[in-house]
Amino acid sequence: MKKKIKIKINDKIIKIDDKTKLSDLIKNLNVPLKKVAIELNREIVDKKKLNKINLKINDKIEIVHFIGGG
Amino acid sequence: MTECARAIKISGADIVTVAVRRVNITNKKKPLLMDYLDPKKITYLPNTAGCFNSYEALRTLRLAREIGGWKLVKLEVLGDKSNLFPEMIETLRSTEILTKEGFKVMVYCNDDPLMAKRLENVGAAAIMPLAAPIGSGLGILNKINIQIIRNQTKLPLIIDAGLGQASDATIAMELGCDGVLVNTAIAKAKKPFEMAKAFRNAVIAGRQSYLSGRIEKKVMGSASSPKKGII
Repeated sequence: MKKKIKIKINDKIIKIDDKTKLSDLIKNLNVPLKKVAIELNREIVDKKKLNKINLKINDKIEIVHFIGGG
Repeated sequence: MTECARAIKISGADIVTVAVRRVNITNKKKPLLMDYLDPKKITYLPNTAGCFNSYEALRTLRLAREIGGWKLVKLEVLGDKSNLFPEMIETLRSTEILTKEGFKVMVYCNDDPLMAKRLENVGAAAIMPLAAPIGSGLGILNKINIQIIRNQTKLPLIIDAGLGQASDATIAMELGCDGVLVNTAIAKAKKPFEMAKAFRNAVIAGRQSYLSGRIEKKVMGSASSPKKGII
């Protein structure tokens, strides 16, 4: 069995398999990639390189989009 | 939220400000803004509403750019939670950094002509002075300052915040502003769609009035009918 790790997405703690690729996580969340931006540990992630990032314990991910307001 | 889209359409607005917020990852069925407000039909202006320092503002706009390549952004760095006045030192610093990073920065600022000049000097793309505190509905408190700013800059000048009714927009346009940014005055009106329409007409009227060249102000009366042929 694969080792599980805890990470945080938009301030919610979730458990995932160790070394899950960021691209797989985004896919599972069903997030429309073209309409969001992603931060990993406060650094913006190039959306083209999501499959090159393996998530590790305590990673903090932010997924943001636009809402009306100003 | 379709109400919002409808009001925007009625108002005739060319630009809509948008905020960067977390995606609701548990409720994916909620529609996204881009689903009902097509960014190809109306210009999205990512903004930093709610940011109280340069760090937060820069982070927000860098994320906004990442969402879809937006370079035109609105910078708003607030300094006081009760009056929501802009923190101009942080604003100036952020404008300079963002401009160097290739952003075109429309800057929410106070109505101080000297500060407006400094923003222009560090590369601001538009000056957006407040009429009055955000959401106050007081209208333009310092017309003279707005006029001075108008006379000193060729940059787009847009009144941002504090308008309360349609006639305030007319005054802004008559002072030579290039536009107004309105949210609360329409959203919180008893009839938002009617108010959106009123603002549309008010902006058009004000612009036409400005371009038509108003008469001089005189202290004494001056008859408008000819005296010739008087009985």
